[in-house]
Amino acid sequence: MIPALGLVAGILIGLVVKPDVPLWLQPYLPIAVIAALDAVFGGIRAVLDGNFNDKVFVVSFLSNVVVAAVIVFLGDQLGVGSQLSTGVVVVLGVRIFSNVAAIRRHLFHA
Amino acid sequence: MPIDDSASAPPTPPTGDDRGAWRRLIRMGGPRPTRANLLALCLALLLGFAIATQVRQTRSQGLETLREQDLVGILDTVTQEGVRLGVQLRELERTQDRLASGADSEAAALALTKSRADSLAILAGTVPAQGPGIKMTITDPQGKVGATLLLDTLQELRDAGAEVIQIGDVRVVAQTFFTESDGAVSVSGTSVSAPYTFLVIGDAQTLSSAMGIPGGVQESVRNAGGEVTIVPVESVQITAVVTPSTPRFAEPVPSPSPTSG
Repeated sequence: MIPALGLVAGILIGLVVKPDVPLWLQPYLPIAVIAALDAVFGGIRAVLDGNFNDKVFVVSFLSNVVVAAVIVFLGDQLGVGSQLSTGVVVVLGVRIFSNVAAIRRHLFHA
Repeated sequence: MPIDDSASAPPTPPTGDDRGAWRRLIRMGGPRPTRANLLALCLALLLGFAIATQVRQTRSQGLETLREQDLVGILDTVTQEGVRLGVQLRELERTQDRLASGADSEAAALALTKSRADSLAILAGTVPAQGPGIKMTITDPQGKVGATLLLDTLQELRDAGAEVIQIGDVRVVAQTFFTESDGAVSVSGTSVSAPYTFLVIGDAQTLSSAMGIPGGVQESVRNAGGEVTIVPVESVQITAVVTPSTPRFAEPVPSPSPTSG
């Protein structure tokens, strides 16, 4: 309940504050958001699996974000930024789907 | 597989404890006084903030976030559009020039027609006229200056290049006629009496000379006992006009058409 409240509160803050994304962050923020979502669903799945670990969750969250940003940055430097961004999104999307499938199996047995 | 909770079961309990799964989820999500919960709250907050920001950013995206290929495509499109608009601009400019020159020639034709109409109106005596000329007065103390002498005078004036003539209050035009009955002279039906006043527009010098030639107007008038006074005037104002009558029988001959013959 608390993380969900935090998510809603964060969205509201973002809507109210209307921050401008700095230029250097603009290519990385979307990928970082996807990576964070992946970490969140992974955490929920871990909770349902019964092997949730606070430290693991925090570290995986942050590392996911950082690694995704670094991959995109590297891709931009190498001239394959858009392709690599697509690849990262695909991989994270597949992971999110599999995590959501596991969560669903736990909650609905379906 | 850390099992620190009596309610926690092995990962895949096959027999229906989805209630246990829900309970575990709610308990983990519920408020617990642990640092991990606080961290999760912070991270969730951050994630929500990032999502909202990114969505807003995507909606208001300008050119600066686009990649090189997209920018090149946009540039191409803009260039083509510019070329197309340039062609259109030149076309419209040509049209404008054409229309402007057409308006010019039309204005010139209008001015020409207007000046011709002015000349004709002055000739026909339908409009007042002004210009340099003379004012000539013929006295007739003995009543011997008749219509014939006035007609001769008028003819002399015309020969000398008079453009507009007014006798008394009567504008002299092509149809003007003189009549005389019982010593009273009428010009176009309007009776005039001595001294007769001629207002003439024309070259004052030429007109004066024409009046003074031997056997001319001045001499004839003097023989009749009268006197001719000629005063050059800077600007003669001829105010009398005639109302043109519409011809009943005559009509203009149409200009020959090229197909005739």
